[in-house]
Amino acid sequence: MRRLPWLSILIIGAMVFAALFAPLLTPYSPIEQSLPEKLLPPFWEAKGTGKYILGTDIFGRDMLTRLLHGAQISLIVTSLSLLVGGGVGLAIGIVSGYIGGRVDSFLMRLVDAAFTFPAILFALLLAVTMGQGLGTLVIAISLLLWAGFARVIRGEVLALKERDFIALAKVHGCSELRIMVTHILPNVMNTFMVLLTLNVGIVIVAEASLSFLGAGIPPPTPSWGLMVAEGRGKITSAWWLSLIPGIAITLVVLAFNLFGDWLRDRFDPKLRQL
Amino acid sequence: MQRYIINRLLQGAVLLVIVTTIVFAVGRLTGNPVDLILPEEASEQERQDMIETLGLNGPIHEQFLVFVADAMRGDLGISIRYRLPATDVFFSRLPNTLLLMPAAIILAVLMAIPLGIVSALRRGGATDRISGTIAVLGIATPNFWLGILLIYIFSVKLGWLPSSRMGGWTHYVLPTVTLGTFLVAGFMRLIRSSMLEILDSEFVKLARIKGLGELQVIWKHCLRNSLIPVLTLWGVFMGGLVTGAIVTETVFAWPGIGRLTYEAVLFRDYPLLQAVIIMDAVLILFINLMVDILYAYVDPRIRYA
Repeated sequence: MRRLPWLSILIIGAMVFAALFAPLLTPYSPIEQSLPEKLLPPFWEAKGTGKYILGTDIFGRDMLTRLLHGAQISLIVTSLSLLVGGGVGLAIGIVSGYIGGRVDSFLMRLVDAAFTFPAILFALLLAVTMGQGLGTLVIAISLLLWAGFARVIRGEVLALKERDFIALAKVHGCSELRIMVTHILPNVMNTFMVLLTLNVGIVIVAEASLSFLGAGIPPPTPSWGLMVAEGRGKITSAWWLSLIPGIAITLVVLAFNLFGDWLRDRFDPKLRQL
Repeated sequence: MQRYIINRLLQGAVLLVIVTTIVFAVGRLTGNPVDLILPEEASEQERQDMIETLGLNGPIHEQFLVFVADAMRGDLGISIRYRLPATDVFFSRLPNTLLLMPAAIILAVLMAIPLGIVSALRRGGATDRISGTIAVLGIATPNFWLGILLIYIFSVKLGWLPSSRMGGWTHYVLPTVTLGTFLVAGFMRLIRSSMLEILDSEFVKLARIKGLGELQVIWKHCLRNSLIPVLTLWGVFMGGLVTGAIVTETVFAWPGIGRLTYEAVLFRDYPLLQAVIIMDAVLILFINLMVDILYAYVDPRIRYA
């Protein structure tokens, strides 16, 4: 038995805490500009001040404040995308696996197509046609997620539907829909939860990448990817603008990945081969 | 072999139809592209002209037929920013990306094969643990940030390597590493796990019983087989490579199709973006077909199945 990944839990906990209590944790606003105090370095640098621990950005906004509020944005986008994308994948996986036949081969063709073609291109297209915003971003990231969920869940369902209790339910006269909802669904929930955790990292990176490319949440809302993008031009004079939010992204993704691995080994080891 | 290739081509055609249909549908159903392209104060005449040039007039099924017919003839519309046919713009940038992608793949192969093999042979050893850590980090680090970090270390602080645009070989180093890192991590994990399986297989045991040297066993019997999963999962890597190129080329101002995609988003150049997406699909399908043929060549089981 692997030990609990304490470091990951600590990082995830800190992020959730920051997301929940961001406005209470700092006295500054993440959006209001204060130009006289722009581009102050973190406190350990020569010109840094204790007032702004991680320095200020090009508009004089406190970096730490924006990071904490960014955690909030990141978590909101992540939960909504996982709910939508994961939910759609779950439904498609169950239907495809249980109904089988033509429906199954059609849906699996779509899944193959989704794996071959990078969803980020559709995400960018959506951002241009629908305009940037939370809704667009969630749809875009869901496009990235559903196929992975559908494929794994379908595999589970294929094995499940041969089991005796499903045959019994059929004999009993349950409708197909009822079997899928009350007999199949609860039995794939374990796998579903593990998949959710394993996908958090992917979603956070996708959100940051889309924001970086100017297709995420529009400014001035603080998103980590957007912060990296805004600081990119100042990398020679103000390294902290880009590098600090990037460290936050990497740490959080690392934590979720390691936690997801642990969860998979603990609750669903057969997913290991994936 | 012929049937195998025809089968693959058909699958590719299906994907192309799906991509084209989605691109068309997204453009028409999620709002009016004209509003996004034209400034708010545009006159009614300007709006009508734009609708005309984008082919947005007429009933939707006619629009679709015109769109597909034009696409088949290689006409994917006129880029608003460049005022040139979108496919021309795409092809003028394509060579630059076709220099960068193979560089990343070569880097990944050169690093992943030896590291993956040594990790599997000395399981739990120093190489295994170090490359395992690299793999975990490589997967967690978003590559746009990795690029900026590398620029900060090697261009700003050390001044060793140029940070942007194309040029001599030094210009290739940072973009290649940025784009190649996730491939290195992915390949390494795959090769390690397939090596572990192969080392435990009957034919390797037989080769050892025959008295072959360790090097020969690994070189002749293991290596080729351990590369098969990499080829099987190639489709996923190819998608990642295209996504990675968008971000990497943006960070390093590399004038390829990735950077072009970013510009199309930045300038809301809707016809160009539409063309880039469809052409990317064609490119991906073409490369995947090459890999599939290579796959059948490496693994005879595929050829005769």
